[in-house]
Amino acid sequence: MGEKIEVDIKVPNQTRYLGLIGRIGEDIARTMKRYTGNRDELAYHLNLVLTEAMANTIRHANEDDPEKVVHISISILNKNLSIKVYDQGQGFDICALGEPDFASPEDHGRGVFIIRSLMDKVSYRKTRDGHVLEMVKKL
Amino acid sequence: MVNILEQGAVVLIEVKEERLDAHNSGSLKTEMLSLFEDGKHDLVIDLKDVRFVDSSGLGSLVSGFKNASARNGNLKLCGLQPQVKSMFELTRLHRVFEIFASADEALASF
Repeated sequence: MGEKIEVDIKVPNQTRYLGLIGRIGEDIARTMKRYTGNRDELAYHLNLVLTEAMANTIRHANEDDPEKVVHISISILNKNLSIKVYDQGQGFDICALGEPDFASPEDHGRGVFIIRSLMDKVSYRKTRDGHVLEMVKKL
Repeated sequence: MVNILEQGAVVLIEVKEERLDAHNSGSLKTEMLSLFEDGKHDLVIDLKDVRFVDSSGLGSLVSGFKNASARNGNLKLCGLQPQVKSMFELTRLHRVFEIFASADEALASF
């Protein structure tokens, strides 16, 4: 039988919860039964994409409103990892952004590049009361 | 979140956090800005206790680097853990910063 893990979390729209969500990602990487790659690297990468996606949601999609909620759903089925981050905002389509300018570094604009570099597929679509950012990786 | 140690004209900032992310990178930026306002322009940021850095943490370091450069100073880094170092490589920032193994080496390079 294949391995199936589903984790569903809702936290307030505040950056103090970034570490909690990131650590859950790390723990999943270390707990998975059949992963044969570098677990420390995967742990860091999951921590990172969760942190980046959630920080974007808090700041941009949910416009720093501490009363809003960020809903994160992580699922692993066999060798497919999917992370969904739901916002309750007007939308912030990271797929529409370009690459950072490596020649003259700015102090912002790397988060989306990091997500795209580490995940295989990234999409953003409308839901009933907001949007969902979905990031998929083949393990 | 930081220890600030003045070593002559150079200021050593030890980041005493496990994570440097969107939650606390603003505080590091503020600490650096107040040093620049006091006339300091050569900084070493020691990241030996930092296990995790995100784009916001990197952004605060770039902001400090640009501020130091604008004052004809420099901002150098030391003590990067391997995963943190790989973040600088992924975002090509290892070509921007001078990176040293230890604080002593970074301080001696000024």
